[in-house]
Amino acid sequence: MIQIRGLRKRLGGRAVLDGVDLDIEDGECVVVIGRSGTGKSVLLKHILGLMTPDEGSIQIEGVEIVGMSERELDEVRQKFGMLFQGAALFDSLTVGENVGLGLREHGRLSDDEIRKRVSERLDWVGLEGVEDTKPASLSGGMRKRVGLARAIAMDPRYILYDEPTTGLDPIMADAIDSLIRGMQKRLGVTTIVVTHDLDSAFKVGDRFAMLHEGKIVFFGNTQETRSGSNAMVKQFIEGSSTGPIKV
Amino acid sequence: MEDLIAVRGARYARERVLDGVAEIGRVTLMLADAARLTVPALRSFRLITQQMAAIGVGSLWLVTVVSVFTGAVAAVQAAYQFSSVVPLKYIGAVIIRSVIIELGPVLTALVVGGRVGASIAAELGTMKVTEQIDALRAMAINPIRYLVVPRLIASIVMLPVVTIFSNAIAIFGGYVVAVSTIGVSTHTYVLGLKQFFFLKALSSGLLKSMFFGGIIGTMGCYYGFRTEGGAEGVGIATTRAVVGACVLVLISDYLLANFFFRIIFTTE
Repeated sequence: MIQIRGLRKRLGGRAVLDGVDLDIEDGECVVVIGRSGTGKSVLLKHILGLMTPDEGSIQIEGVEIVGMSERELDEVRQKFGMLFQGAALFDSLTVGENVGLGLREHGRLSDDEIRKRVSERLDWVGLEGVEDTKPASLSGGMRKRVGLARAIAMDPRYILYDEPTTGLDPIMADAIDSLIRGMQKRLGVTTIVVTHDLDSAFKVGDRFAMLHEGKIVFFGNTQETRSGSNAMVKQFIEGSSTGPIKV
Repeated sequence: MEDLIAVRGARYARERVLDGVAEIGRVTLMLADAARLTVPALRSFRLITQQMAAIGVGSLWLVTVVSVFTGAVAAVQAAYQFSSVVPLKYIGAVIIRSVIIELGPVLTALVVGGRVGASIAAELGTMKVTEQIDALRAMAINPIRYLVVPRLIASIVMLPVVTIFSNAIAIFGGYVVAVSTIGVSTHTYVLGLKQFFFLKALSSGLLKSMFFGGIIGTMGCYYGFRTEGGAEGVGIATTRAVVGACVLVLISDYLLANFFFRIIFTTE
């Protein structure tokens, strides 16, 4: 379980996170929605310990990670996999080396076992025989799938997705959504997806949190989200420029 | 009005000084982290050899061209300065002394600093702005161990190696000009080289090269890791890395030259 309380972060003099409270239960998929630039990615980076909050608490499985040393954070991070917005594949490595990097660096498996795991995870995301390809020659959708294969290579308990469908065509976006849902079922992982793509959000999410002006202004299930009981969520779903969310 | 300008000027100067101190502090922290992670990084020896190839082998053509002409210019200048004052038999001596103590290490550091410093800063800067460094941290891989330590070790090890190569090429360049245009015989040139070659001079030059290698690697890694924004940020980081490396090479050359002349050469 992930428990976030009173998380605050100022960047460039602006309060990006201004007292975020959020509980994520084991095995569920929580989608954080909100306009671009509202701090969704910043929230993900705080959960992984990639950014340090100005105030607040983040507990992973009951353990406080705010204030941990990098070495302690590394222990926590090994429970996570993250798919970055642009996939963040290492250009100098092949696809196979990218997917197997974590396993190799942590010395968990032999070279043969790593090769086997890499090809298995690439197979799970629908990519076969691309181990020796360089990321530069892959399409956007393929890069995301390689990024996902890398995120699940170390058998994480939590997978974080930062705008997984941004920049993809609708068919590829749907394929990525199916993979997100498939991974959650196959691995039983807790999933957090950050997106402003509502089609994608409703395909993968169990519960939805809306981040606006640094605060979680709504948190509910699919039915509550679609019902339009919250004026901000309603405006966001309708894609209207008039309403409580000022442009 | 004048008071206002003075206050603003003082505030600006204070900010610049504080920025400078903060920068030195951040570089020191990065180097302390790198020193702490050197032993774990040695396990990934492949990363170090890859960087050694990129920094050393990759610089050979550039260093060859610069060194040939450095030696050639040294020969022409020596011949001109010696004219009717010093016998030309000392031309080999002047070339070997100037090349192995000063010209070889410094020019190699400036040339390699431009090429390698820019390359490291651009590569790491691009990794930073495309979240590849965050991705490493997300996988519990320390970016200082994985990216900085191999580049620092490779720079420190390879710069003296490239400098030895550069020295040899420069001496050869001087020889070609001395024999073909100045009229010095091969025997005279080689005799000058032999008589004025001292191991202390060579080792002081190579020690300087190791320092220069450390500076180049540090500047490239530091500014690469500090990159913000997109392509513009990478450009700024690259420029700062090259300028920083070149300026620090020249300043440290002065300090090290003083040190070596006082400590090593006084006992020659």
